[in-house]
Amino acid sequence: MDPSNNNSHEPVIVFEDVSIAFDEKKVLTNLSFTLLHGQTKVLFGVAGAGKTLVLKLALGLMRPDSGRIVVLGQEVSAMKEHDLFALRKRIGMVFQESALFDSLNVEDNVSFRLREERTPMDEITQRVEDALRFVELEHTMKLFPSELSGGMRRRVAIARAIITEPELLLYDSPTAGLDPVTSTTIVELLVKQRDVNRTSALLVTHRLQDAFTMATHVFDSKQNKMVPVAPGTDWDSNTSFLVLKDGVKIFEGSAAEIANSDSEYIREYLTQ
Amino acid sequence: MQFSLTDIAKRNVLAVQEYSLLAWSSIANLFSSPRYFGDTLQQADIIGVGSLPIVILTGFFLGAVLALQSANSLARFGGLSFTGQLVSLSMVREIGPVLTGLMVAGRSATGMASELGSMQVTEQIDAMRALGTDPSKKLVTPRVVSTVIMLVVLTVISDLVSMAGGAMVAVFMLRLDGNQYWSTAWQSLGVGDIAMGLIKPFVFGFIISTIGCYYGISARGGTQGVGRATTQAMVSASVIMVITDLFITQLLLNFFPFK
Repeated sequence: MDPSNNNSHEPVIVFEDVSIAFDEKKVLTNLSFTLLHGQTKVLFGVAGAGKTLVLKLALGLMRPDSGRIVVLGQEVSAMKEHDLFALRKRIGMVFQESALFDSLNVEDNVSFRLREERTPMDEITQRVEDALRFVELEHTMKLFPSELSGGMRRRVAIARAIITEPELLLYDSPTAGLDPVTSTTIVELLVKQRDVNRTSALLVTHRLQDAFTMATHVFDSKQNKMVPVAPGTDWDSNTSFLVLKDGVKIFEGSAAEIANSDSEYIREYLTQ
Repeated sequence: MQFSLTDIAKRNVLAVQEYSLLAWSSIANLFSSPRYFGDTLQQADIIGVGSLPIVILTGFFLGAVLALQSANSLARFGGLSFTGQLVSLSMVREIGPVLTGLMVAGRSATGMASELGSMQVTEQIDAMRALGTDPSKKLVTPRVVSTVIMLVVLTVISDLVSMAGGAMVAVFMLRLDGNQYWSTAWQSLGVGDIAMGLIKPFVFGFIISTIGCYYGISARGGTQGVGRATTQAMVSASVIMVITDLFITQLLLNFFPFK
């Protein structure tokens, strides 16, 4: 893959001075950041730092008290719920607990969006197979979510999010609560999606190792696996970091910059 | 945690506002695409066919009890032959719609609240919104439409079955003539009685389904919250339905007075 083949650096997500409070408790305070096309931004923070809220705000599932949010060129913070449905079809979201429809089997979960768009059945079948093959779960089509392990449910959620080839992917702690082996499998899928399909992504996590793996690995299509970036190469994984502390942005930069940060909080976070 | 009276008032006003918006959108959704005919049919099957056994059982035995109780009073005035008329008028105008409404509220309003509540607390509703589908169109409107239609159908069935229950008591226990029972039962029913008996389940179906969906979609707090939503849906749907019944009856009596 040619890293110079990046698309235009148009902003996919823009947060401008976004604040939101619940019961007079500020959860996000004047948060501003920009995600450019083809980039992956990793949001760090301890539990309750407002990470998931950022994703829900970007998707228009919640509205900020103040500030402006622009996603794929549309100001979601000023749009009506009815108008947001069309925009959301261009975005894929993977929820922390997968949020699969428990009364539908894997096939129906993954094909949900295609069925809503009245896609022909032949095409649905083919695309569901492709999406499930991407997450290596093509044998689970007729199973129900309750019959899957936690890691498998996350992979099905990823397949459901990517089946329509969205322009933007939002991942909410996709490796939370999973064992290291399954976590690596999930991270590999995120890297594969980033490098093979060049999808912009906002990833929320509190697991540093996952984020650093994403920043230091690339997907090798020939070997069909994730490989570390060789030292000395000029590969840019297009992965940057943003750290939230009590709803305030305290860092934004690359993997190298966060590793060399002078911030006591970040150093403590990194060494834990 | 302490709440002031202002907080409680605000919460209640907000709940009324959210319920009103949900009820309004459930109707407004009928006039814009996408429309979910498949989901509506599926719900009609769950609500209608699923409720049929309890509606038939309760209707039949209530009709029988009504005939038994009323026969005792009517016999004192030498009016035993009016048993059929009393059963049919009582059931069609009042008891049929209310009884069927309470049965469907107990079965379907709770079902809707627990199903949608479970989806809410496990983020499935948010997932649906994230996938670009309006939960109000996909989940609420099909339930409201199918409940309204099926409650009318179930009420008609309940009315007929209750008259059959009354006939069983009249013929086998009171030794009345079957033909006389059925002819008085049928002939006493006027257009106004039937209209009243069909308008009420239409309104009750709307109340039951919108309240069930409202409590489901506004469920918070995990499985305990779902349980709470289910109980509240049952209680609120039943109470509001019976209170509304008084006002509808008064209103309809202006249009369809007793002959």
